[in-house]
Parts: sequence; structure tokens; C-alpha cells
Amino acid sequence: MSKRIGMEVAIAAAEAAALCRFDVAAVYPITPQSHVAEHLSDIVADGRIDAEFITVESEHSALSSAIGAAGTGARVVTATSSQGLMYMHEVLPIASAMRLPIVMIIANRAVSGPLNIWNDHTDIMHERDTGWISLFAQNGQEVVDMTIQAFKIGEHRDVMLPVNVNMDGFQLTHMVEPILMPEQEEVDKFLPAYKPYAMVHPDTPVSMGTLAMPEFYAEALKAKDMAMAASRKIIAQVWKDWEKQFGRKYEPIEAHRAEDAEVLMLTMGSMGETAEIAINELRKHGVKAGLLKLKLWRPFPFEELKKLTKNAKVLVVTDRAVSFGGPGGPVCGEVKAALYDEPNRPKIVNYLIGLGGRDLTISDFVDMMKRAAEATKKMPAEAYEYYGVRE
Amino acid sequence: MADKKGPETWKEMNPGCMVFRPGSSREYHTGSWRAQKPVWQNEKCIKCGICYIFCPEGCIKEDEEGYFVADLNYCKGCGICAHECWPGAIKMVEED
Repeated sequence: MSKRIGMEVAIAAAEAAALCRFDVAAVYPITPQSHVAEHLSDIVADGRIDAEFITVESEHSALSSAIGAAGTGARVVTATSSQGLMYMHEVLPIASAMRLPIVMIIANRAVSGPLNIWNDHTDIMHERDTGWISLFAQNGQEVVDMTIQAFKIGEHRDVMLPVNVNMDGFQLTHMVEPILMPEQEEVDKFLPAYKPYAMVHPDTPVSMGTLAMPEFYAEALKAKDMAMAASRKIIAQVWKDWEKQFGRKYEPIEAHRAEDAEVLMLTMGSMGETAEIAINELRKHGVKAGLLKLKLWRPFPFEELKKLTKNAKVLVVTDRAVSFGGPGGPVCGEVKAALYDEPNRPKIVNYLIGLGGRDLTISDFVDMMKRAAEATKKMPAEAYEYYGVRE
Repeated sequence: MADKKGPETWKEMNPGCMVFRPGSSREYHTGSWRAQKPVWQNEKCIKCGICYIFCPEGCIKEDEEGYFVADLNYCKGCGICAHECWPGAIKMVEED
């Protein structure tokens, strides 16, 4: 049986990776991910698992080493944040193109500049199209669970893609939370030993990371895209297996009081918990409010979103990143694309919130919901609003 | 590209474009990229082998008499051999 313990979430993430018996960790520390890096290093140095920790000189090298290690058939974990993730950018699509199921724990943080080490989702939004599966956790328990799930999803033969697990920097990484930490035997049962599709070994010659001429490049991209599409089914299966074994349910979009909701809000990450309290407050006052928590950013759950929003009059989409000169926040752009062909789509209001660690309270979410509800009569003048910005 | 065999559709692509046949890149004749080819004038050649060392394709070989020849199936016509040749024994000549 899992034990309930109080643990800092960053450390719990590293513990979850250790429960998966990773073979190699290649990590470069960066705030607010550093505790993940340090603790992974401790786990290896203390000999708790039979693994290598590669002390790399940069994030570019961290992911490059991870790819090399994964190519030899190792189960590999890495972790980063913000500028570090951007420094990995060049290598991210290579990891997915080589179909190596590396797991990356990301402590989401704003990007410079201005220099800011606090939490928002800008870092991962820049990496949206690199072919990684992206999971978003809303609390420490989900970070632990998703880290373990990530290996099983990525390593499935129908998928073979790298997976990143996103946790809000500081709001989650530095928070001590009560966490049900699974036992080793339970994780062993859930996640069997990694059987790589191919590995670099003298007995099994293989060329990885090959060149594709114009005649093959589009076919290679479609094959990768189809693996991403196929992952929807596998993610659902892995989450079903998880629920069966551990009793905690996971869905691409977790709905809270959404069924009869006229005004829905969509959040991603830790702010979902604050928004949930706001929704409950509004319900007490007779407002038909509901919440959708997006847990799966890539592949994006188009069908689930359509189903969950079909009866709503207004959908408030919160974004924690900016698309300069774009149609709104990146999440809102996806939501609008998903619902464009729906005959009964809700009015969509977009707020950019929590940028660079800006705090939001329950009353802020109540305020957003109330103001957005007006959209049935009159849409806001602007396509999106920097919520709480000083004009 | 005419002599290159490969997958026809995306479904036939190996995961990660992996190639499991060792040495298969030999089947791709990069010589078709060439605009000029190196021609050796053996009367000027001192058999130093600098062309062999510098060839980035590794396509220059020593013949039985100790002179050097390029495998034109792979020579891309870069001209490095001609540039490096001390006694000027290699000339780059336009392809027909």
C-alpha cells in the first residue's frame, strides 16, 4: 500500500522517477527545477538504484546525453525549466524524431526577459510543436503519478515518444504536500522493465538519427504525427490501468461541476485548485459555473473538449503565456480551433493570468467568471485581456 | 536518387527512420551531385597520398602502382584533393 507522506513536490518527482528504476539521469540544475536535479543525483550517489547520473555542462548536453543513453536502450530521465528548456530546444524534436521515450520533468517558469524565475507556462508553449507528449499536473500527487505514467505511455510500442511532465515552478516544486507515494512493488507491477525497440549495440547494428531527403522527410513527419495520434488510445489505457491499480482517476480534461454549467472556465496546472474553490463559491450563489482542468496538452484532447463544452454559453480560457501578435494565449488558440466547426459553440473569453508568478486569489477567479458571463450579451472589445494588469 | 531504394509510404518508414542494414549508405551514390571530377596526371604525382588523407568522402584509393584514383560513384567533386595536391597533379575537369 502507498504511504501518505509530506514531501516537497520537486523531491517527490525525483522519487517517482527512482521508483521507475531509471538507468540514466542527465540533468543540469536550474531554478525552480534544481531540487529535482539534486535529488536525482543523491539517489544515484547513495546507490539506491543501479543508475548513472551524468553531470553535464548544459541543458543542450543534458538532452543530448539523454538521447545517447536512450539509444543504447536505457530508461532515461531528465528535468529542466525555462531558459534551460529553451537551450534544449534544438534537441527536443530530435528526441521525438528518434522515437526515444525519454521522460522530462519540467518545472514551468517564465522566460527572460525581463528576467523572471517565477511560474507561468511560457517555457513549454515554445516547445509545443517538438513532438513530445505533454502532461500537466495540478498538484504534487499528480506530479508523482504522471511521472510514473509517463514512462509507461512513452515506452509503449505504439507510441515510442518522449513525454514531459509539467509542474508549476514554486507553486508546486517548492511546496510540501501530502503525497501517497506508491511502493516499489506496486510501481514494478505497473511499469515493467523497459524493452527498447532497438538499441545501439555491436550485436544489433542500427543507424539512428539518420538523414531524410525531401523524398522522405514528409513521410517521416507523418509517421511521427501518427504515433502522437496513436498515443491518445495508449494514454487512456495507461490512465485506466492506473485507476484500477491505484484508485486515482486521470482524464485528458478533468471536469468539475461542468455538466449543467453555463459558464465554464478552463485552466491548466496548479491554478485549477484555486479556480475550483471559486467555482464552488459561485455555485453557492446560484451561478451555474463549471471548471475544466486540462491535463493533456499534447496530443490535444479535441473530442473531449467538444463534448464538455457543448452546453456552455461562455467558456473562459485562462492562459499563462503570451503569443505576441497572435490571436490570444496559446491555449485559447487551440480551444478556438477545436470548437470552430461546432454548431453550438460557447462564446470564448480569454484571460492571460499568472504571468511571471503573479498571484491569483479565489476572488480573482470569481471576478473573471462574473465578467466573462457578460459575453452572452456583449463580447469584450479585445480578443484577450491581461487580467489584473495596471493600465 | 534513381538507384536508391527506400520506403514508399509513411507506413513503411521504420520508427525513428532507423536503418537496420549495416553499410546500406554505400548504395547511395553521392557522385551524382558532382559538377567537376578530379583527374590525376600521374607524371606529376609524387605518391605522397595527401589527396587520400584529405578526401572528406574517403573515396580516394591507392592503385597497384601506388598512384591514386577516386571512386566516382561517391566523389562529390569538392576539389579538396586538387587544392591540397603539392605538385599540382590533380585537375578538376567539368563533367560532360
